[in-house]
Amino acid sequence: MDFHRPETLKDAPTHYCPGCGHGIVHRLVAEVIDELGIRQRTIGTAPVGCAVLLYDYFNCDIIECAHGRPPAVATGIKRMLPDRILFTYQGDGDLAAIGTAETIHAANRGENITVIFVNNAIYGMTGGQMAPTTMIGQWSTTTPDGRGQYAEGGPIKVCEMLSALDGVCYLERVSVSSPKDVMNARKAIKKAFENQIAEKGFSLVEVLSMCPTDWKLPPEKAMDFVNEKMKKVFPLGVYKDRSGGRHE
Amino acid sequence: MAEKVLLKGNELLVEAAIEAGCRFFAGYPITPQNEVPETMSWRMPQAGGVFIQAESEIAAINMLFGASAAGARCMTSSSSPGISLKQEGISYITAAELPCLIVNMQRGGPGLGNIRAAQGDYFQAVKGGGHGDYRLIVLVPGTLPELYQLTMNAFDYADFYRNPVLILGDGILGQMAEPVELTPYEPILDLPPKDYVLDGCKGRPPRVVKTLYLHPTDSLVQHNLHLQEKYARIRRELNLYEEYETEDAELIVSAYGVPGRIAKGAVKMARREGIRAGLIRPLCVWPFPAAPFRKAAQTAGRFLVVEMSFGQYVEDVKLAIECRRPVAFLGKGGGWYPSQEEILEEIRRLSSKAQDPASVKGSV
Repeated sequence: MDFHRPETLKDAPTHYCPGCGHGIVHRLVAEVIDELGIRQRTIGTAPVGCAVLLYDYFNCDIIECAHGRPPAVATGIKRMLPDRILFTYQGDGDLAAIGTAETIHAANRGENITVIFVNNAIYGMTGGQMAPTTMIGQWSTTTPDGRGQYAEGGPIKVCEMLSALDGVCYLERVSVSSPKDVMNARKAIKKAFENQIAEKGFSLVEVLSMCPTDWKLPPEKAMDFVNEKMKKVFPLGVYKDRSGGRHE
Repeated sequence: MAEKVLLKGNELLVEAAIEAGCRFFAGYPITPQNEVPETMSWRMPQAGGVFIQAESEIAAINMLFGASAAGARCMTSSSSPGISLKQEGISYITAAELPCLIVNMQRGGPGLGNIRAAQGDYFQAVKGGGHGDYRLIVLVPGTLPELYQLTMNAFDYADFYRNPVLILGDGILGQMAEPVELTPYEPILDLPPKDYVLDGCKGRPPRVVKTLYLHPTDSLVQHNLHLQEKYARIRRELNLYEEYETEDAELIVSAYGVPGRIAKGAVKMARREGIRAGLIRPLCVWPFPAAPFRKAAQTAGRFLVVEMSFGQYVEDVKLAIECRRPVAFLGKGGGWYPSQEEILEEIRRLSSKAQDPASVKGSV
């Protein structure tokens, strides 16, 4: 194992809570960008949410977007600069609530971008409100009795939903809740970037991630929460792969 | 000699934008501006640019946010309800100081309104619309030659000041056709290098385009002060208007856009009747060209404001002259426009009053 800091990450401590998954996902994305040698032609988008300060951590060009709009912003950049590498980094509220239209239509157009979708089933930055991916029965500050199927509706399963669109190249759901999961997440993220380099179109990796603070759980229990509860509702795996390559 | 063409305003707008180097358009269909995306859809690829029919006005303006950050001259167009949807993005683009052109071919409102021409979006255009302390440069052409020239100039203003420019037109301007000479684009300003562009950090430190200012605690104050400084500079430097027969005028008529043109006809007719009427027709309503109004207020006894709304632009005229003279108002809203005869009738009525000092007294 190589434990040096990737060049794509700045030498800066993050603001993330202990046990949060964002730090792991940041590192995986940065490692992949390093490995593919694309840092100097990569432009990332920062979302509204806990990862809004992405530019304090990523050592590449970053544009911070309005809530839910990163796929539209990335579309604008990518269409003007088709040889650059564009990634969006979005949470569940950003990607699957306020930005649902932008997500679906960027996917449907087959925009040649890489979407890193961090699903922790809760609104983190605003303090634990219901997310579009909050699970039935799950407590949040706006579902004090647990999310109900009939009033709030069930969690939106992004990979399943997007898999119906012809424009999509690659969809995989991974997790960062165990060392094995982290290794697999890295492979999926790498493939999502490779697809873009090979101009294969829209690739999205959904990463199940921990939010111990808003779940009111200690960090190790938060990993159990992903492994025992979230993976049942959001099964891991490849939901679409039209890249033509073999997923290791 | 430049080519002379007969085109609709909406089509001419496309030619002007492409001539000025615009290479990115994103928009969404809405009447009465559909000829803009329709023409863009084939003209932009011809010019080697990008056309996207976006899924919404919100997506379109955010595509511009990206395209502008990538260094492109870019534009979007819409009509009133669609412009309302774009307000969030406009606030962000303004905060990030990215250049772009937004065109509003206004229709009747509020709500879904109708598809006739109107000027009910004046407040939205010049007083805000989106959140936060920001300003747009707002150009208001009244003829198609002006639309052609101001569209090209708009890209220069946007790049020079790093600020979005809004062309506030209306359904008539977009739909009417006039012969226009397609003069070649010449930059009217010495444009600064685009040192903010995000194109990958090869050979330079990474760049960030952002609008969140949390640390240090007063960083947002500093950012706002910087923006205000820029807006003050634009106020000093940008004053566009037409004055017609104002020198000896006792009555100043003022209107912008298509009503400005109708009002000019009415002033001409009034002059033929011996009425000393004059016209001030702004070509830019933010910044508001207050100087000619202040000057006219020293000699003219009355003002008449004409607009295709029930009273928005008139407030800026009153502010410009600090209510020193009575300001009469002829407003037509809901998708209707004032005729030359109606304006002339109002000019006649006011000028007969002007001859009777008693009628002026106390009416300020």
